[in-house]
Amino acid sequence: MSSRVADARERLLLLLALPALVLLLGLFAFPVLRLLAMSVEGGSLEYFEKAALDGLYVSVLADSLRIASVVTGICLVLAYPVALWLSRAGRLGLALGLFALLLPFWTSVLVRTYAWMVLLGRNGVMNRMLRDWGLIDAPVMLLYNTSGVLIGMVHVLLPYMVFPIYAALLRVDPDLGRAAEGLGAPAWRAFTRITLPLSLPGVSAGCALVFVLSLGFFITPALLGGGRVIMISMLIEQQVREFLDWPFAAALSAVLLAVTLGIYALVGRFGGKSHLATP
Amino acid sequence: MLTVFVGIVFAFLMLPLLVVFPISISSAAYLQFPPPGFSWQWYQRYLNDPGWIDATIRSVQAASLCTVLAMGLGVPLSFALVRSRRRWVRALDRLAAAPIIVPTIILSIALYGVFSRLQLIGAWYGVAVAHTVLALPFVVILTSAGLRTFDEAQEQAAAGLGASWFIAVWRITLPQLRPSLVSAAFLAFVSSFDELVLAMFLSGASMTLPKKMFDNIMMEVDPTIAAVSVLQILLVGVCLGLTALFGRGALATTISR
Amino acid sequence: MRLSVQGIVKRFGATTALGGVDLDLAEGEFLTILGPSGSGKTTLLKVVAGFEAPDAGRVRLGEEDVTEVSPRQRDVGMVFQNYALFPHLTVAQNVAFPLEMRRRPKPEIAKRVTEALALVELGALSGRLPRQLSGGQQQRVALARAVVFGPRLLLLDEPFGALDRKLREGLQLEVRRLQRRLGLTTLFITHDQEEALVMSDRIAVMNHGRLDQVGAPAEVYARPATRFVADFLGESNLLEGEARGDAVAVPGFGPVPVACPPGPATLLLRPEALRLDAKAAGLDCRATGRVVETIFLGLSAKLRIRVEGGPEVLARVPLRPSTPPPAGEGATVALGFAAEDVHVVPRG
Repeated sequence: MSSRVADARERLLLLLALPALVLLLGLFAFPVLRLLAMSVEGGSLEYFEKAALDGLYVSVLADSLRIASVVTGICLVLAYPVALWLSRAGRLGLALGLFALLLPFWTSVLVRTYAWMVLLGRNGVMNRMLRDWGLIDAPVMLLYNTSGVLIGMVHVLLPYMVFPIYAALLRVDPDLGRAAEGLGAPAWRAFTRITLPLSLPGVSAGCALVFVLSLGFFITPALLGGGRVIMISMLIEQQVREFLDWPFAAALSAVLLAVTLGIYALVGRFGGKSHLATP
Repeated sequence: MLTVFVGIVFAFLMLPLLVVFPISISSAAYLQFPPPGFSWQWYQRYLNDPGWIDATIRSVQAASLCTVLAMGLGVPLSFALVRSRRRWVRALDRLAAAPIIVPTIILSIALYGVFSRLQLIGAWYGVAVAHTVLALPFVVILTSAGLRTFDEAQEQAAAGLGASWFIAVWRITLPQLRPSLVSAAFLAFVSSFDELVLAMFLSGASMTLPKKMFDNIMMEVDPTIAAVSVLQILLVGVCLGLTALFGRGALATTISR
Repeated sequence: MRLSVQGIVKRFGATTALGGVDLDLAEGEFLTILGPSGSGKTTLLKVVAGFEAPDAGRVRLGEEDVTEVSPRQRDVGMVFQNYALFPHLTVAQNVAFPLEMRRRPKPEIAKRVTEALALVELGALSGRLPRQLSGGQQQRVALARAVVFGPRLLLLDEPFGALDRKLREGLQLEVRRLQRRLGLTTLFITHDQEEALVMSDRIAVMNHGRLDQVGAPAEVYARPATRFVADFLGESNLLEGEARGDAVAVPGFGPVPVACPPGPATLLLRPEALRLDAKAAGLDCRATGRVVETIFLGLSAKLRIRVEGGPEVLARVPLRPSTPPPAGEGATVALGFAAEDVHVVPRG
């Protein structure tokens, strides 16, 4: 009898889940799997061989990984102090800080990328300022190269690094640091021995998130790279749109997806999983 | 020293947002900084260009439908994910979160393939439905987080006092989840309104606002785009303010979760 | 209304929460289910309320079998452990909720809410939100909400657990008065034996999903049906002995003249029935012992005494300003008790 009531409840819950599951299966799982299946069309691995052996495509993949690593590194260096400051800020500081993070965070990537083009362009704000101050004679190339892409991507992805670290720092009992200082540790030792190690789950979660997102980045490199910086997602787009080479695009997608899931699995194993689902 | 460093980072974050304001009211015919004079011309050009207006309307339509769908599907799904006693049902939260883990470019070409077959390319509602896939995880994550902290005994109490389960949820549970729901709806709307990669593939000739902006940036860097950008920043700012007002910190809670 | 619970079995996976519970409440009766946490008492309450469906057994309200009836149609008022007040609704809206669900006309709702709040003396706070109330006030709102719709049965799930001692004593009496006035059949759950003794018409002692004993407080206290009941309800000395013929031999005390079937026997002796020194003279059973510990409790003192050639026992002696202080640690005392103060705990 009890199982009957429980069954009715489970049936109702399943019914509630059903429409969303239909959507997820029909417009997410099925299309993605169908795409991946294309990569091994005809049972051959030739498209993967193409991706792995052709120097051009290998260098795109290598570039993507390199850019993703550099972006992750820069974000970490910038984000940790911000997260630390936020975790110790008062009400006003916290409100202002969250505003400064959330407003850009929710402003369209496109708008921000455009703004960077204005700032970094040959006759842009930066170059003009540097020239007016007499620091340079000829305009510096900040746009349409790797440095432009890096600046734009760091700007977009920085909040994704700040939030998990901030969350991890909030979970660290401030009394622990105080206790360490009370036991005779200088403030910086208390930080390196207590606070920093305890915040590492947030750091690893943030790094994984930023790395994975930068790897799949499209808009910013497409606009700020000016065609000189090609990342894997741009390559995929090109294969579909210009060459209609679906199987090869599918193979590249499979590689990108494998790296992405691999990194999530790696971080998940070290216990940072709960952060990953949080935007 | 920490504060100075953090101040510089915040300046770096805000700088691009601030720079579009002066450009949008520039009297110059092309991009020039600082602007030589003041003029509303770029706003006028935006408002007088049917291409821009159509794109804006299409994006608002798509984002609204996306919000309705994502909420309509995501909130019930969250109840199932949080309340079910079956492990496999609860494990479905992985599936629900997957669309934001899989790189958008992959989802985009995958859906491009399917939508071409269905001849849905160019339909604004097609874009809306595709955006729903991306918005669903936000809704599920926020709603589930709210539901997990909700004391289910209240629904039992309501049932004991004579309410059916749906009435109990409607009168007791959902009102208390309002902060999470408001934030979820906001995220769903903005995520669709700003989304470019899916729209690039799916919107075809009937462009959404981001697609129109992208093309515009690629073709000509003229300050109309600055005017559009300012409007967008203001829209997000207003939405963010409203969410802060009615969402009572659910956004911040999600961040720190 | 009468409540009749018959043969209720409830399992959660491999564990049996309720192993066949029978219980009858007369109209207007206040019955307390007393048991340690994990004994299954909350599960039983949920079965009666309809939140859990039993694996076997029936629940009857009056003549109606409600086993299959959903909670919302049972007309049972319940006060939850944490009150489960709706935090986004005001006090008045909370109390009006069950009436709205029953689609009562607006004027009637207003009138009955006012009456219910007056009953728990909270009329002045009807516009407040639950979080603006003290714990005791919240508890009274929960009570008003549970009785406002005229339920057939009132269920109280450890409603005083979160309150401090002084407040809970006041509320216990208030709830009891209210229950009598409304003539509500009430099932009350607690792990606090003192609370059970104060409030109940009858007490049902629960242990591992079964009712060990159901009876009036005085009876359960004086004549516990099992060792568990004897131990759980009040302080007790459980003396192990050997029954032969018309007496039970207890080490240190000698034969205690009580009727008991032959074999090993357990005797319950309440600490207050144990007399010391002069008062021990002339009693049926006597021994000497050494005081191990003396604890002052204000109006009385508690002594742990090791009986010569016997067990360690607990004695409670009343203290008056005129009486000399009780023996200190290490002192040798005479102790004794009357045979009629002893209860033979049935085996089982």
